[in-house]
Amino acid sequence: MSKYLKLALVTAITTGCLSAPVLAAGLGVGRVALPEEIAAWDKDIAPDGTGLPVGSGSVEYGEEIFSETCASCHGEFAEGVDNWPKLSGGMNTLDREDPVKTIGSYWPYLSTTYDYIRRSMPFGGAQTLSDDDVYAMVAYILYSNDLVDDDFVLSNENFLDVEMPNAGGFIVDDRTVTEYAHFTSETACYENCKDTVEITMRAAVLDVTPIEDTPDTVVEPVQEAAVEVAPVTTEESPAVIAAFDADLAAAGEKVFKKCKACHQVGEGAKNRVGPMLNGVVGASVAHVDGFKYSNDLLAAKDAGRVWDEALISEFLAKPKSVFKKTKMSFAGLKKDSEIASVIEYLKSVSQ
Amino acid sequence: MTDKRIETTLIQAPSRRAFLRGAAATGAGLAASAASGQDIPDPLITEVQDWASGTGDGVDATPYGLPIEFESDVIRRNVAWLTADTISSINFTPIHALDGTITPQGCAFERHHSGAIELSKSDYRLMIHGLVDTPLVFTYADLERFPRINKTFFLECAANTGMEWAGAQLNGAQFTHGMIHNMEYSGVSLRSLLNEAGLTAAGDFKDKWVYVEGADASSNGRSIPLEKALDDVMIAFKANGEALRKEHGYPVRLVVPGWEGNMWIKWLRRIEITDQAIESREETSKYTDTLEDGTARKWTWVMDAKSVVTSPSPQAPIAHGKGPLVITGLAWSGRGAIIGVDVTIDGGKTWQKARLAAPGQPMALTRFYLDIDWDGSEMYLQSRAHDDTGYVQPTKTQLREVRGLNSVYHNNCIQTWWVKANGEAENVEVS
Repeated sequence: MSKYLKLALVTAITTGCLSAPVLAAGLGVGRVALPEEIAAWDKDIAPDGTGLPVGSGSVEYGEEIFSETCASCHGEFAEGVDNWPKLSGGMNTLDREDPVKTIGSYWPYLSTTYDYIRRSMPFGGAQTLSDDDVYAMVAYILYSNDLVDDDFVLSNENFLDVEMPNAGGFIVDDRTVTEYAHFTSETACYENCKDTVEITMRAAVLDVTPIEDTPDTVVEPVQEAAVEVAPVTTEESPAVIAAFDADLAAAGEKVFKKCKACHQVGEGAKNRVGPMLNGVVGASVAHVDGFKYSNDLLAAKDAGRVWDEALISEFLAKPKSVFKKTKMSFAGLKKDSEIASVIEYLKSVSQ
Repeated sequence: MTDKRIETTLIQAPSRRAFLRGAAATGAGLAASAASGQDIPDPLITEVQDWASGTGDGVDATPYGLPIEFESDVIRRNVAWLTADTISSINFTPIHALDGTITPQGCAFERHHSGAIELSKSDYRLMIHGLVDTPLVFTYADLERFPRINKTFFLECAANTGMEWAGAQLNGAQFTHGMIHNMEYSGVSLRSLLNEAGLTAAGDFKDKWVYVEGADASSNGRSIPLEKALDDVMIAFKANGEALRKEHGYPVRLVVPGWEGNMWIKWLRRIEITDQAIESREETSKYTDTLEDGTARKWTWVMDAKSVVTSPSPQAPIAHGKGPLVITGLAWSGRGAIIGVDVTIDGGKTWQKARLAAPGQPMALTRFYLDIDWDGSEMYLQSRAHDDTGYVQPTKTQLREVRGLNSVYHNNCIQTWWVKANGEAENVEVS
């Protein structure tokens, strides 16, 4: 029996209360959070600027880093690529059919933009930007929405001076008044509720429902592939076994999670934000058809450069040091062991 | 090519398309089969089958079992064109193929903003700070020492049925209503953790908030009024008796009964007591409801009463022809318990009361049935839910009159399935 427990028992006995309200006093479970720990996680920024770090960034610098880091998904002018979010434009469209909701046209508080970029962007590399970089990016996004001039510098000092066009565009949930008062069980009809019922719209006309059930798509390709590929794999199987280290490849598969936001690899891999990576080890630079490479990579292709393990290692350590204009916004893998394992993984899935 | 494909799918698992063909071909012939009987003995009865003669799998064949291969069609599905990629995306629960009210974790829909992460219990930390007396850090093991509670709640994404605002669009209950699941959660009350940190520093609770945040790269965060946090919000670590799945926030997620799914923070790592809403991305640019005049509602947290017929439906057509037919579906309300569900087969001219499988529980799914003698003619099948606040589920027309056509979230309108004479069903809108 610990000293503490003895003491507690004595107290309980002397006060005659064994069912003391333990919860009200707390269980004593958990430990005190240290100031450094709170600072590391407490990054949210409120509309009144609470939480904004000291710092600044210019539109000019923002344009540069936006182009490097954000444009592959959000477009050079923050106009959005494919289904990725549009960050600019859409002014005065909110009351029209298909409103365009961007930071400029819809977001009520600028704090949300800083908060979101600092905590969650870039996609696949969250929390890698400096506070000043985030100020610069927010400044550039404001510029792309025609809300500031090209010589504007955003800082914690002038942050709250920026006027967001749709700041007054929100009301607090009013369903209690506008809906609940009208949609009541008392008014529900059971007999002779209407004379006629006509179809006014059919989903089949639009035909946007995914109809390929998974068993279809899985079964068919596997069977076809088996017929065509079987002889080849038989002949080459000894080489295949020796071609990669399975343990290292398994470690690489975990590292590859950092790449998955933009790259696909393996069966059915397609080009996404980045090119698909099947067969990349040993292939010529910019070898994938249908992907729009940067001019740097196209020039390397013309020069006959090949993605051998040395070049991939160098590239993965610091992409922009190898190809300055590469679209790949990833900062690089810090550990050599990560690079080696991810190359092994790429080899394994390309077999 | 086409024929071969259908054969393949029939053997492997009946796809919806193949099933529809079968239903259409045999529907009429099977009508009233019980009365007409059968002349030829059924070989499945008269001949000894392999499974009745040989042996099956031993006990350790699958230490953790998956559904039998014949059920391989009962899976989550996504709609590729909805999102830019699958990492920040959503898929849908196959509600058309489930019964009862509990959603198995393995087919319960997923929504991620930066993908489903792998966070072990030993690496897990939960911080409570802000306007508390003592900021605290808990490990997973710490959480297990607080008084445990078990409660069943539905989680519905605010965008469920959102693609149907402008018109009937997706052909299947899974796609129109499958951003929902219902699980029995085990965990602790958020209130007990907040009390541990002490709320004297928070002063008056009425104008205070808790900001909750996940550990994944999206660091999805939402502001919840402190009064709700102290009322019924849970910190859950088990669902349906077992650990949460990775895709649902293993090892710890927030449970916010009756409120939109985005607030149920997965991989919960931080709870901050604040004196204002943070107005994060997910509570300003998303999960706000644009009205006809361009203004938008914000803080529309509660999910209103809603129901849907899950069978028959486009993915679950009638295969047996006329005669006894079980119409079934789900109903729920974020404002309380379901007290009744009405079903119409004529598009709303007449309604009858469905049978609830069990009395409705607050903020949990309720299963309903209507057993009819189908005459084989086409039906416009709808359901409408009543909750214990006196609210009845509205029509899409009623909602559009209030909100216009540009809303996305919180579409709780009455759904119509056009069931044709051959048993197939289609998502339609009716006058």
